[in-house]
Amino acid sequence: MPFYVSPEQVMKDRADYARKGIARGRALVALQYAGGILLVAENTSNTLRKISEIYDRIAFAGVGKYNEFDQLRRLGVRTADVKGYSFSRDDVEARSLANEYAQILGQIFTHEMKPMEVEILVAEVGSTPADDQLFHILYDGTLIDETGFCVLGGDAEAIVSRLEGQVSPELDLDTAVRLAASALSGPDRVLSAADSEVAVLERSAGRRCFRRLENGDVERLLG
Amino acid sequence: MFAAGEDPGPSFFDLLLRLGVAPLPAPGDGGFAIDARHGTTVLALRFADGVVMAGDRRATMGHRIANRDMEKVVPADRHSGVAISGSAGTAMDMIKLFQLQLEHYEKLDGRAISLEGKANQLSQMVRSNLPAAMQGLVVVPIFAGYDLLRRTGRLWDFDVTGGRYEEREFVAQGSGSEPASTVLKISFRPGLARDEAIRVACRALWEAAEVDTATGGPDGLRRIYPVVATIDSEGWTRVEDPILAAVFDELVEDDRSRREVRS
Repeated sequence: MPFYVSPEQVMKDRADYARKGIARGRALVALQYAGGILLVAENTSNTLRKISEIYDRIAFAGVGKYNEFDQLRRLGVRTADVKGYSFSRDDVEARSLANEYAQILGQIFTHEMKPMEVEILVAEVGSTPADDQLFHILYDGTLIDETGFCVLGGDAEAIVSRLEGQVSPELDLDTAVRLAASALSGPDRVLSAADSEVAVLERSAGRRCFRRLENGDVERLLG
Repeated sequence: MFAAGEDPGPSFFDLLLRLGVAPLPAPGDGGFAIDARHGTTVLALRFADGVVMAGDRRATMGHRIANRDMEKVVPADRHSGVAISGSAGTAMDMIKLFQLQLEHYEKLDGRAISLEGKANQLSQMVRSNLPAAMQGLVVVPIFAGYDLLRRTGRLWDFDVTGGRYEEREFVAQGSGSEPASTVLKISFRPGLARDEAIRVACRALWEAAEVDTATGGPDGLRRIYPVVATIDSEGWTRVEDPILAAVFDELVEDDRSRREVRS
C-alpha cells in the first residue's frame, strides 16, 4: 500500500543514517605545515588506506565506509589520469575533481536508496601556502572550501576545537604531526604510530608530491 | 564510476579502451609506408649493481636530421627505464602511455608492478602497435630496470610483434645496433663497475655514430651528449654531461693515439 512520507522526512532520515555511519568511524585531520600539507588519520589497518595519492599535487582522504570511499578514490585517480593524458598534467586540479565528487555524492544522496556513508577530502598543494587547497565534501554533496586545516569524521567538533588557533603554515613537520595526533586522540589517550596513518604533500618534492610516512618515521616524529 | 563487474581494474590501457579513447591508433588501412621521424641507436647492459641504458640524440627523417637533442632513453618509473628506436612520434606516445600505465597501477593498487610485469605490459603495447608497424611506424623498445625482488638488474629486448626476450648481458637496437653490439660483445664482462659500464656504453654509441649516419655522435660544440643513465637499488640516475664529456674526450684521445702508432 503506498503511503505518503514528506520529502523533509526522507532527507532527514537519509542524513541521519549517513551521519551515524560516519560517526562510528575514526577521524582524520589535514593541516598546512611549513613543507606543504600534512594528513593524519586514525587507522589500525596497515593495508586498507584512508589517505592516498590521486595525482602529482593532489591527495585524497576518506572516512566512513571503506568500500564506498575507496570507490570514490579509484574514480578520482582515473579521472585525473585520463585528463592528464588527453590534455596536460597542468590541467589536472583539485577544484574540478572536488566538484565532480560533490555532484556524484549529491546525486547518490537524492536518488539512491542509501546515501554513501562517507566524508572525503581533496587536498592540493600549491606553489605557495596561499595556493594550497582543501576541499571537504560531505555525504550529501555539500562542498566546503577549507582554509588552514580540516577535520573529517566522528567527533569532528571536539577535534576542531583542539586545533583552532594552533595551526599555522610555519609549523615544522614533527610539531605538526604531534599536534594532529594529540588533536585526534584528545587529552585522555595517546595515539600510537601503529594506529595512525600519516602522509604529506610536499611542496618542493618535484613532480609527485605525495609521500607516505612509514610507521618508524611516525614513531620518531611522535617522539 | 564503474559497476562492480565492469571495473577495468588497475590497467590504464584498458580504462582508455573502456572510455572509447583508442590509445596508439593505427593510421588507416592503406598499404602505404609513412615517412616519419626515426630515432636510432639505443642500448642497455648489466653491471655489478644494476643496468646502464644509453641512446644517441639524433632523430632523422629520410636523409634529413630532424632533431639533434631528442631523448630516446627515459625513466619509466623510479626503478626502470625504457629506450626506444623506431618511429619517433609513435614511440613517444607509447612511452607516455607506458609511464602512465605504471603510475596508474601503482596508485590504484597501492604498490608497484613487478619488473617482469612491467616488461610484459610494454610487450602488450608493442603488439597492439602491430597494424601501424605494418605501415612503417615500427617501434622497438628496450626495457631495463632493477628488480627489487631479485636484487639484480634485468633487461629485455622486443620485436615488432611484441615478442619479449630477456637478455642476460646486453642489448642494442636501431640502425646503429650492429657496431654497437660488437663493441658491447667485446667489452662486456660480468660484474662491470659502474664507471666501466658507462665507458663501454659510450664506446658502443661512439662506434655506432662513426658508421651509421642516422646515429648522432657527441656534439661538443652544442654540448649535446648522449643520454646515459644507470638504474640500481637507489633508482634511476642520469649521468651528467661533464662526466660524459670527459669519457668521450678519453675515447677521442684513445683513437688518436692508435692512429699515430699506425702511421
